[in-house]
Amino acid sequence: MGQAIALKTSQLIRPEGRLGEVFLDVLVRVFALIPISALSFIMYMIIRKGGGAVTWQFLTQAPLEGMTHGGIFPCIFGTLAITLMMILMALPLGVASAIYLVEFAGPGLFFRITRAAVNNLAGVPSIVFGLFGVGFFILFVGRSLDHVLKTGLLFGQPCMLWAAATLAVLVLPVIIVSTEEALNAVPQSQRSASLALGATKWQTIWNVVLPQARGGILTGAILSISRGAGETAPILFTGCAYFLPRLPVVKLFGVIPMINPFDQFMELSYHIFIMATQSLDAVKTLPIQYGTTLVLIGMTFLLNLTAIIFRVHFRKKMGTVSV
Amino acid sequence: MMLAEENQVTGEKKKMAIRTLSGGVLTEKEDVTRNPSKISSQDLNMYYGPVRALHGITMEVKERAVTALIGPSGCGKSTFLRTLNRMNDTIPGARIEGTVTIDGVNIYGSAVNVAALRRMVGMVFQKQNPFPKSIFDNVAYGPRLHGITDKAVLEHVVEESLKKSAIWDEVKDRLDTSAMQLSGGQQQRLCIARVLAVGPEIILMDEPASALDPLSTAKIEELIHQLRKNYTIVIVTHNMQQAARVSDYTAYFYMGSLVEFGETKTIFTNPVKKETEDYITGRFG
Repeated sequence: MGQAIALKTSQLIRPEGRLGEVFLDVLVRVFALIPISALSFIMYMIIRKGGGAVTWQFLTQAPLEGMTHGGIFPCIFGTLAITLMMILMALPLGVASAIYLVEFAGPGLFFRITRAAVNNLAGVPSIVFGLFGVGFFILFVGRSLDHVLKTGLLFGQPCMLWAAATLAVLVLPVIIVSTEEALNAVPQSQRSASLALGATKWQTIWNVVLPQARGGILTGAILSISRGAGETAPILFTGCAYFLPRLPVVKLFGVIPMINPFDQFMELSYHIFIMATQSLDAVKTLPIQYGTTLVLIGMTFLLNLTAIIFRVHFRKKMGTVSV
Repeated sequence: MMLAEENQVTGEKKKMAIRTLSGGVLTEKEDVTRNPSKISSQDLNMYYGPVRALHGITMEVKERAVTALIGPSGCGKSTFLRTLNRMNDTIPGARIEGTVTIDGVNIYGSAVNVAALRRMVGMVFQKQNPFPKSIFDNVAYGPRLHGITDKAVLEHVVEESLKKSAIWDEVKDRLDTSAMQLSGGQQQRLCIARVLAVGPEIILMDEPASALDPLSTAKIEELIHQLRKNYTIVIVTHNMQQAARVSDYTAYFYMGSLVEFGETKTIFTNPVKKETEDYITGRFG
């Protein structure tokens, strides 16, 4: 037994590296460098060409002179407003779905269908969401609402409400999956403890499970915001505008300013797209394009950083839970 | 483990020590044989899907006494324990036949409020499972759930419960710190305090000391001895000496059936069935 593969001590001295092994070793290292260099190159180009454009005026002014000068404030405002509305719609829906999947669904057919739907939703190309938004939200839901409520053409047109709803459907899988993970990370013994004290299922979910899953749910929410903020295709037909002379703001009761969900809006990623393809002078606006890109990437980066900080904080907390 | 036994023997010399078949000793406790029956299971069958986990269990649990459930792993003793507060309800595919009555009320009756039942029948788990909250909030969790919001009342309930579970002196100066910072034994006594805070009449314990060191185990056993005066206790244990030390009645389960049930004294010195004797003396298997 084992005689055939037994080694002598003399064979323990490492032979000179075989050429094939060395080659593969170098190859995987080079391949690993590619994503790093690609990211570095992109960041370098954007910061070098757009860094000079990002000034206080650029961040706070509206586009001027046929969008060849001035700033991008309406786009920043639009991006923030649309992602805020998106998360307000997507978070309750996503968390509710995840609670159903983790806490209530049995291993039946409906559970499997829901699971499959969530997974497939994550794989749908974003332009399809854009077309879905037009077809479902604007033409079907919006026009039907107008017809029923006799509001003329209020709901049945592209606006911030439907763009945010379309983005919400897009980020729904992100929220559902991360919330599911957070709920599953809460030990079963915690639920048992609460139930055994006479808590109902909902009391247990509300008082024990959700507080412990809070960190994971927030992380998912932030990641989905950063995903939503960078999307162009879903809002292309559902509400964003080439140029608007005013902010999409309405005065509630004539005094309190609030986001007008029935207005159209300008948005950062769409702004980059039109500046590059449909601008009056694409070369003249290059600094603006790079500057806008830098702002968009900066916002996404900050959001992801917040998510990472949340996650680390959350893990630390969970570390003390699972004694 | 030996330390605790010796303490018990030397500390309570007046009471007679009986040598048991399992090698340990058993101290004579106050007589509970005339206590009324608190829980009664009649021909109880339990299924996990197609698997039958309990075979026609018929058993009476005396009030204000400790009943120990013993038997090898997978024998159904924990399953039986969990039928008493309907914790098995949470397992998909679990099904029950027969009845369990507490004070004459069938707890599987259609009008029974399960949440209310679990307030009356508290449960302590094998692995201590405090919430990642402060010590105070852990104990106050149940009372708050059931509508107590007055701070003075809550403080009173928390203090009483912690005193009854013999942990008050160790934590009274740091009620606001996280329960996660307590030792394993302290956490388990905190979990007992958390159960006491909702005012149960019955306490179910599922191997409450199996994850603890001998000293913490001795404290839990001493606590069980104290609680026995006011509560009906059903305890699952793998530790024969522990069963002999803490319980008044013992039930031996094997393969989902109740093999033998009787006074601990009898079961541990002169069991009727050969299987029971084999298990207790360690000749099992």
